[in-house]
Amino acid sequence: MRRFVPWLFLAPALSAFAWFKFVPMLKGLELSFYKVNFAREHEWVGLANFMRAAGDGALHAAALNTTLYVVVTVLASALIGFLLALVLEGPARHLAFIRTAMFLPAVTSAAILAEVWRILFFPTGDGVVNAMLGLAGVGAQGFLADPRQALGTLMLLHIWKAVPYDTVIFVAGLATIDRELYDAAAVDGAGRLAVLRYVTFPSMLPTIAIVLMLGLIRGFRVFAEVYATTGGGPAGATEMIMTHIYKIGFDQFDYGYASAVSFLLFILTVALTVLYLVWQRRLAR
Amino acid sequence: MRRLPLTLARWSIYALVLAVFVGPFWGLAMTAFSGPTVRPGTLLAWPREATLEHFRFAFTQAHVWRYLLNSCIVVAFGTLLQVMASALAAYALARKRFAGSALVSLAILSTMMLPEEVIAIPLYIVLGKLPPFNVSLLDSYLGMILPVVGWAFSIFVLTEFMRAIPVELEEAARIDGASELQIFFGIILPLVRPALATVTVFGFIMIWDQYLLPLIVTNREQLYTLPVVLSTLRSDETIRPNVFIAITLLAMLPSIVMYLSLQKAFNRGLMTGAVKG
Repeated sequence: MRRFVPWLFLAPALSAFAWFKFVPMLKGLELSFYKVNFAREHEWVGLANFMRAAGDGALHAAALNTTLYVVVTVLASALIGFLLALVLEGPARHLAFIRTAMFLPAVTSAAILAEVWRILFFPTGDGVVNAMLGLAGVGAQGFLADPRQALGTLMLLHIWKAVPYDTVIFVAGLATIDRELYDAAAVDGAGRLAVLRYVTFPSMLPTIAIVLMLGLIRGFRVFAEVYATTGGGPAGATEMIMTHIYKIGFDQFDYGYASAVSFLLFILTVALTVLYLVWQRRLAR
Repeated sequence: MRRLPLTLARWSIYALVLAVFVGPFWGLAMTAFSGPTVRPGTLLAWPREATLEHFRFAFTQAHVWRYLLNSCIVVAFGTLLQVMASALAAYALARKRFAGSALVSLAILSTMMLPEEVIAIPLYIVLGKLPPFNVSLLDSYLGMILPVVGWAFSIFVLTEFMRAIPVELEEAARIDGASELQIFFGIILPLVRPALATVTVFGFIMIWDQYLLPLIVTNREQLYTLPVVLSTLRSDETIRPNVFIAITLLAMLPSIVMYLSLQKAFNRGLMTGAVKG
């Protein structure tokens, strides 16, 4: 009897995982090999869905957009976050206040921030950002409505949401640096930049690695920020892997192909996560 | 005197940070409480003819209370079930030695690689015909609540805290004849109250912010949650910009209030989350 006690406590969580994580996962793998029909039996198509993914130009464009989006946003937010952390680190009350206040975008739902972005970057002279540009003598920009600017405007949204998070993580990392290292550097007569280069930066490497990898892993599955803002448009300029999958599934009802592409995204997520865990272990040593 | 330019530079960075990250929220609030209808895309820096009219309109004419209610139902039951299931599982993982516990931990860890986005399509199909009962959870609150119950993050945070409790406390109670449930509710849970606050605030924000899940679960507008209904209301011509902004403000308020009121608990979780993903 006592042997079953742990399993009784685990039962609610494990059944939730089984039903809504593992079963869908296996179902998705299974469907990847089928053409899903509605009135008739599903049709086994072997690797046809994966072959189709290899030749799907729209998917490749979406993957390219996503990669560009992820690399730029992750690097930019980490860099800005790091610099802000250097300025905002410390126990002073006004710094704590600023750190708390600037975190608002990070706790707000991406779908809601999408609406905020549509207001700020409204494509007429009335839009907040356009009004500011107007003061500098620049004409009204299309932003999210302009195929050449939409992806960049979305990147800004992502960076806006990610910078506060990165900053707070970096501030915590800075607080763990051994003070004696700074003292030793001061004794050696190191200047501000030398301290940053030879003390702060090396000590922060593990934290920087975490922020970059988590940003990368989370970034590739970006959906809400994009779907709620541009829906992938205009003219496919902001199509991402996930928005593409969503459309294959829920606009074209091609669940088999959508599952196959999801599975490829899953492989990518696993590969990045494993890479992260290996890297983390190596840094810990 | 030499430090003056440096101080000046510092304070201009502070001002810039606040303007960029808090400014838009300020503008939304000022516009939502201002009487005159603004042109689309405009935010006011200062309220004009302060009024609650737009919120009144949102509730009476735009039926926002319905979406607010949906969001509240999902977040209340979702958070409650998630925290309960996580605490129970954490108790087994932290306080029991049993064959298979390493495997269970690994299985839970692996779900972190299964974000909802990656399994959205098959999840939709599974929800449409839930094995083994073959019932459909689509177009129902349950469909939006049950999938968020299992969350590895909160299990790991609680496990970590429960491990730190000295085993003597539990032993003493056991000698006094306390049952497993009495130990769990009477000793363990009260001792991990700070961790419970942490997983509650994270669970609440995570569930309130759900977008893809309600989007795939329901096509019926009556069941939409606030984040999902915003894009529908945006294209509704009877809703003026100020009213839409008031609704946007309403939609973001619960997460922000949760975050601000449970600061300490939130920061504790942020560090764990950064390491554990």
